[in-house]
Amino acid sequence: MKIHVQDFDFYYGDTKVLHGINLDVPERQVTALIGPSGCGKSTFLRSINRMNDVIPEARGAGLIEVDGKDIYAPGTDVVALRRRVGMVFQKSNPFPKSIFDNVAYGLRIGGVRDKRALAATVERSLQRAALWNEVKDRLREPAMALSGGQQQRLCIARALAVDPEILLMDEPASALDPIATTKIEELIWELKANYTIVIVTHNMQQAARVSDRTAFFMLGRLVEYAETNTIFMNPKEKMTEDYVTGRFG
Amino acid sequence: MHVLRHFDKDIEEIKAHLLRMGAMVEDSIQQSIRALLEGDLAMAEQVIANDDRIDQMEIQIDQHVIELIAKMQPAAGDLRFVATVMKITPELERIADLAQDVCERVIEMSSEPAIKPMTYLPRLAEDAQKMVRDALDAFVRGDAGLARAVIRNDDVVDQLTEESFRALLTYMLENPRNISPAIRLTFIGKYFERMADGATNICEMVVYLVEGRMIKHSAES
Amino acid sequence: MKRKIVSRLAEIFCAVCVLLALVPLVLILFYVIKEGISSLNLAFFTHMPRPVGETGGGMANAIVGTLILIGLAALFAVPVGCIAGVHLAEYPTTRFSSAVRFAADVLNGVPSIVIGLFAYGLLVLPVKRFNAVAGGFALGLLMLPIVVRTTEELLRLVPAGMREGALALGATRSRAVFSVILPAALPGILTGILVALARVAGETAPLLFTALNNQYFSTNIAQPIASLTVQVFTYANSPYDDWHRQAWAGAFLLVMMILTLSIVARLAVRRLERMNRA
Repeated sequence: MKIHVQDFDFYYGDTKVLHGINLDVPERQVTALIGPSGCGKSTFLRSINRMNDVIPEARGAGLIEVDGKDIYAPGTDVVALRRRVGMVFQKSNPFPKSIFDNVAYGLRIGGVRDKRALAATVERSLQRAALWNEVKDRLREPAMALSGGQQQRLCIARALAVDPEILLMDEPASALDPIATTKIEELIWELKANYTIVIVTHNMQQAARVSDRTAFFMLGRLVEYAETNTIFMNPKEKMTEDYVTGRFG
Repeated sequence: MHVLRHFDKDIEEIKAHLLRMGAMVEDSIQQSIRALLEGDLAMAEQVIANDDRIDQMEIQIDQHVIELIAKMQPAAGDLRFVATVMKITPELERIADLAQDVCERVIEMSSEPAIKPMTYLPRLAEDAQKMVRDALDAFVRGDAGLARAVIRNDDVVDQLTEESFRALLTYMLENPRNISPAIRLTFIGKYFERMADGATNICEMVVYLVEGRMIKHSAES
Repeated sequence: MKRKIVSRLAEIFCAVCVLLALVPLVLILFYVIKEGISSLNLAFFTHMPRPVGETGGGMANAIVGTLILIGLAALFAVPVGCIAGVHLAEYPTTRFSSAVRFAADVLNGVPSIVIGLFAYGLLVLPVKRFNAVAGGFALGLLMLPIVVRTTEELLRLVPAGMREGALALGATRSRAVFSVILPAALPGILTGILVALARVAGETAPLLFTALNNQYFSTNIAQPIASLTVQVFTYANSPYDDWHRQAWAGAFLLVMMILTLSIVARLAVRRLERMNRA
C-alpha cells in the first residue's frame, strides 16, 4: 500500500472533524474521496501532505504512513514529504512568473541550477501534463495569461516537475468548463500509470469516470470504501446508496 | 426520496407503464389459454389483434428509460432498476408473441379433428401463466425470494412439457390423422414452456435489481 | 419620476464636489507654472547659485542634492520598511506586531520638524557638522511608516492560494514569502515607495536642521548639501526679485519632479504587473 491510514483523527482546536479514518491507498491507482460539503474529505486529503500544518490550532492524531513511514512522527522532514506528495488545488494558483519559471520553481528551490536540466524537466513535465504543445513557443510569457484550464494543467506540470510519487488533487476541475474538465480527467487517467493519485471531488460522475477506488465520507467518518464500480453499482451501506443516487437532503 | 422529485416521478411512471404492459401480457396469456381449452376463435383473434399494442408499449417504455439515463445518470439501485426494466420489456414482448403464436395454432387446429382432452397441456399452460404473474409480482414488490421460487419452478415446467410431448407422441402413433393437430399442440406446449423461460429471465433480473447479484447462467438459474 | 430627479441631483452634486476638490490643485499648478516657467532656462539647471546680489545662476546643486537626499532616504527606509512589512504580514496577530503597527502609525503623525530635530540630535550633534546623511535619515524616517504599511497591506492582498502552492512544492515558509509572495506584491509595494519618495522630496523642515544647505556643488554626504526645498525657502525669504523668480522656478521644478516620479511609478508598475496579469 502506498498510503496507509489507521485510526486517524483530526482536530481544529477542540473540534473533532475526522473520526477514526482507516484507509489504504494502493499504488498507481486513482482513489476518489466523495461526500457532501463539510464531510472532511478535503481536510483528510491535506493531512496526507501535512498542508494542514499551516492552520493554527489544527492537529492530527493517529497514523498516516507513506511508503511505510509515519509522516506525523516527530522529526519528519515536512519539506521532503511535500516533494514526494504533490498537490493540485481547486483554484489554480500559478505564480506571477513566466510559464517556465512556474514549472521550474520546485526544481530551483530544490537546488537545481543547471539550465539544461531545468529546461529538460520543464519540457517533460509540460508534456506529461498535456500542455507542452500549447505553450512550447511562449515559455517566457506570463503564466497568468493562460486560460483557466491551461493554468490548472500548468499547476499539474509544476507539481509533476519535482517528480513526486503521489499526487493529491483537491477538486482540480471544479472551477473549469466542461471541456477543460474532460481534458483534466483524461490527464488523470494517463497519469495513473506513473503516479498514485488521490482526488477529492464533489462531482460524483467524475469520481465514477476517473477513479479505481472510491471512499465515501460523511460528517468526518469514512462510511464506505470500495472499488468504484461497487460504490456506484451496488454499495453496501444505505448512506452510500442514498448519497450516490441523490436521495440526500 | 430523491432530492430531484421529478426523478421519483419518472421512475414511478416507468414502473406503472411496465406493469400496464405486464397486465396486458397476462391478459393475452389468459385469453390464449381459454381459446385453447374452449376453442374460442374470437378470443384467439383478439389476442392476435392486441399484440401490436403490446409491441408499441415495449418501444415506449424503452424510450422512456433511455431518456431517464441520459438526463439523470442513475447510479446504484436506480441504475440496476433501469437495466432491469430494459431487460424485462423484450421478455414481456416475446411472451406476448408466444401467446399470439398459441392463438394462431388454435385457429389452424379448428378445422381439424379434435384430440382427446389433453392432460398435461392445460397444467403446463396454467403453470406458465402463474410464473409470469409471479415474476411481475416479484418485480413490483422487490421480492427476491419469490423470484427465486419462480426460477426453480422452471424445472417443473420443463418436465410437464416433456410429458405433454410424450402423450402427444402416443396420439400421433395411434392414428395418422392425429399427427397434424398433435404437432400443433406440441408447438403450443413449446410456446408455454418458453413463456415460462421468459418468466425465469425476468426473475433473474429481479434478483439482480434487489440484491445486486447477477445470477444469469449460473448454478442458481 | 421623483427617483430620477433625485438621482440626477445627486450626480450633479457629486460632480460639483469633484470640481471643488480639483480647484486648489489646478490653481497651484497654474500659479507655479505661470510664475516659474519664465525663469526656467538652461542656466537654471546647470549653474550654481550666484553670490548674494548678483543676478543669474541656477540650482544645479540643489537638484542633485534633492536626488541624493531621497536616494539616502530610500536606502534607509526601503529595506527596513519592507522587512518590517513582511513580518507584520506573516505574524499579523501577535502583540509585537500590534505594537509595531501602532508605532508606525504614531511615527506617521509626528511632525516633520520634530523628526528633523531628532535626526539633528542623533546625527548632527555628535559630529558637530550638518550633513546629508542626517537629512537622508530624517526623510527616511518620514517614509518608513508608509513603506511598512504599504508592504504589509499588499502582502496581505496576495491570494492565499499562492502561498499554498509554494508550500505544497516543498518551499519553507520564508522561501515562499521571498520567492513568491513578495514578488507578487512588488508592483504595489514599488508604487508605495515611489509615492513616499515623491512626498519626502517636497519636505523642507527636517532638512533645515540636518542637511542645512550648501551654496556649492557637493556630493559629499558627510557635508551639508543643497536641496530644492530649502533653496526655495531661502530664496523666497530673500528680498531679491531675481531670487524670487528663481524660487518660483524651483517650486515649479519640484512639482515637475514629483509629477515625474509619479509617472515613472506608474510605468514601472505597469511593466512589473505584466507578470501579474495577462
